[in-house]
Amino acid sequence: MTVLVIADHDNEKLKDSTLNTVTAATKFNSEIHVLVAGYNCALVANAAAKINGVDKVICADDISLKHPLAEAVTPVVVNLAGKYDQIMVAATTTGKNFMPRVAAILDMAQISDIISIENGNTFKRPIYAGNAIATVESNDTKKLITVRTTTFAAALTGDQSVVIENISIDSNQSLSSFVSSELSKSERPELTSAKIIISGGRGMGSGENFSLIEGIADKLGAAIGASRAAVDAGYVPNDYQVGQTGKIVAPDLYIAVGISGAIQHLAGMKDSKVIVAINKDDDAPIFQVADYGLVADLFEVLPELNKELS
Amino acid sequence: MKVLVPVKRVIDYNVKIRVKSDQSGVELDNVKMSMNPFDEIAIEEAIRLKEAGDVEEIISISIGPEKAQETLRTALAMGADRAILVKTDEEVEPLAIAKILKAVVEQEGPKIVLMGKQAIDDDCNQTGQMLAALLGWGQGTFASDVKLDGSSLYVTREIDGGLETVNLTLPAVITTDLRLNEPRYASLPNIMKAKRKLLDVKTPEDYKVDISPRIKTLKVEEPAGRIAGIMVKSVSELVSKLRDEAKVI
Ligand SMILES: Cc1cc2nc3c(=O)[nH]c(=O)nc-3n(C[C@H](O)[C@H](O)[C@H](O)COP(=O)(O)OP(=O)(O)OC[C@H]3O[C@@H](n4cnc5c(N)ncnc54)[C@H](O)[C@@H]3O)c2cc1C
Ligand SMILES: Nc1ncnc2c1ncn2[C@@H]1O[C@H](COP(=O)(O)O)[C@@H](O)[C@H]1O
Repeated sequence: MTVLVIADHDNEKLKDSTLNTVTAATKFNSEIHVLVAGYNCALVANAAAKINGVDKVICADDISLKHPLAEAVTPVVVNLAGKYDQIMVAATTTGKNFMPRVAAILDMAQISDIISIENGNTFKRPIYAGNAIATVESNDTKKLITVRTTTFAAALTGDQSVVIENISIDSNQSLSSFVSSELSKSERPELTSAKIIISGGRGMGSGENFSLIEGIADKLGAAIGASRAAVDAGYVPNDYQVGQTGKIVAPDLYIAVGISGAIQHLAGMKDSKVIVAINKDDDAPIFQVADYGLVADLFEVLPELNKELS
Repeated sequence: MKVLVPVKRVIDYNVKIRVKSDQSGVELDNVKMSMNPFDEIAIEEAIRLKEAGDVEEIISISIGPEKAQETLRTALAMGADRAILVKTDEEVEPLAIAKILKAVVEQEGPKIVLMGKQAIDDDCNQTGQMLAALLGWGQGTFASDVKLDGSSLYVTREIDGGLETVNLTLPAVITTDLRLNEPRYASLPNIMKAKRKLLDVKTPEDYKVDISPRIKTLKVEEPAGRIAGIMVKSVSELVSKLRDEAKVI
């Protein structure tokens, strides 16, 4: 029995979500291998080799894997699949993109977004935007799994390295090619691993007004998030969106400002340890999940909060 | 060229769902059902491609119970040309849906399958990718922009770090994200017209697809609720609570 975990990375750095996925993989009590598929990704393979609990790293370094196109990553995973009983990846946009492709080629079901491993065949996963939790049993011979990273702690890394095996791949694929990307650059922590998040909604009124949030985020070392309405209105980029169809987060502290608390938004943040809601409408549903609620105008509260934190 | 748009009938996104007391599933009786919101966006995008002159025919398809005809009528009223219902009362998993869709693609010969990224009931986010794999096609998932340029397709995708544009050779599968477009409402005359559009009814057996489940749902529970919090009166009270009580700042 061996588990294959597919690393999430950008060819330079291993993403934290890989560490959470390794922790999930340890629940199978078997050997764990990590696949690093990328280009000039030796640093990532080295980092993966230091994760506690990992027994071997497999590195597929090829120009065709410079961008994690599903059409390119899938055959690499499929070719390795024979040796593994479980194949796991974090439920990030990269993992969600290629894993179902792997599953279909292997003629196996995929179990999406698991939040717990009950035993080798049984898993829990949220459905209906997290308003229900299903316990599901899969009797396929291989389990193809995407992992909701917020429910598994990050695996620790040490100084000892395990062996890295380099494999060569057949890189012929003409179905898709990378054209360009527009990545948000930020000095702030990543939303999905931040300890503190402050999010703004439609109530912020404009993109400029997000500067009120930025000042506070700087003081708290927080990441900035948003509701769909704020993203749709163009206040902030799409990758700020928290919710059922955006990012799932579970920080120690989540501050929701000018967000009403639609089920689709709650789906992405209601597992946060402490939730603060600031909203001028005392009926806003966000208060039903908030540990601390403040009914007030955000344009008065945010400058005050900024001062209090100094 | 033809475009195929699969649409799923799901509990309306505004409904607060209820878990059945015997934990066998979610209450579906007397609950408002609608087209999966992402599939509405897919229909809208197909109509825009047709309006731009790139597409001749839009075929919408749903796999589900008799009542899924209503969802298909909505698709027809929005602007799809004809529809196929693959009738079954079973719950069909994404892999089997993808197999049925593959068979339909082989019969109908669309160059693009435009579908939702995720059904908001099972939240699986699998079917489009699975279909692309089974067909050996490229995929543009989580699309926020689609441009057709002859036989080549540019899809801008919403990814965790921002946006990414990929180029796909047709035929291809596209799955929609929320910001791709804003779906139109069907006008009354179009709703009337939709009643006369062709709606074929088939079964999974017609496509020789085994839909028996691979995954068994053992139980469905309510998530752990949050304990009600408190209201604070001022910013300074909030800050002191966060510092001294919750100890999170
Ligand atoms: C399929 C689907 C998927 C979706 N996925 C997501 C998702 O992933 N994430 C997500 O967030 N949404 C998602 N949505 C949208 C969701 O349903 C809501 O429309 C959205 O979350 C609303 O955003 P909001 O709370 O910012 O806006 P509103 O609901 O408009 O709320 C704005 C709030 O700001 C308050 N406010 C206004 N001015 C002030 C002020 N000066 N001071 C204090 N408070 C003020 C108001 O009282 C109000 O409560 C999805 C919807 C669908 C259909
Ligand atoms: N029963 C179905 N009938 C038609 N289309 C479906 C069905 N189930 C899923 N789909 C399509 O697949 C997409 C993704 O669904 P899922 O993989 O279940 O999250 C949906 O948005 C639909 O476009």
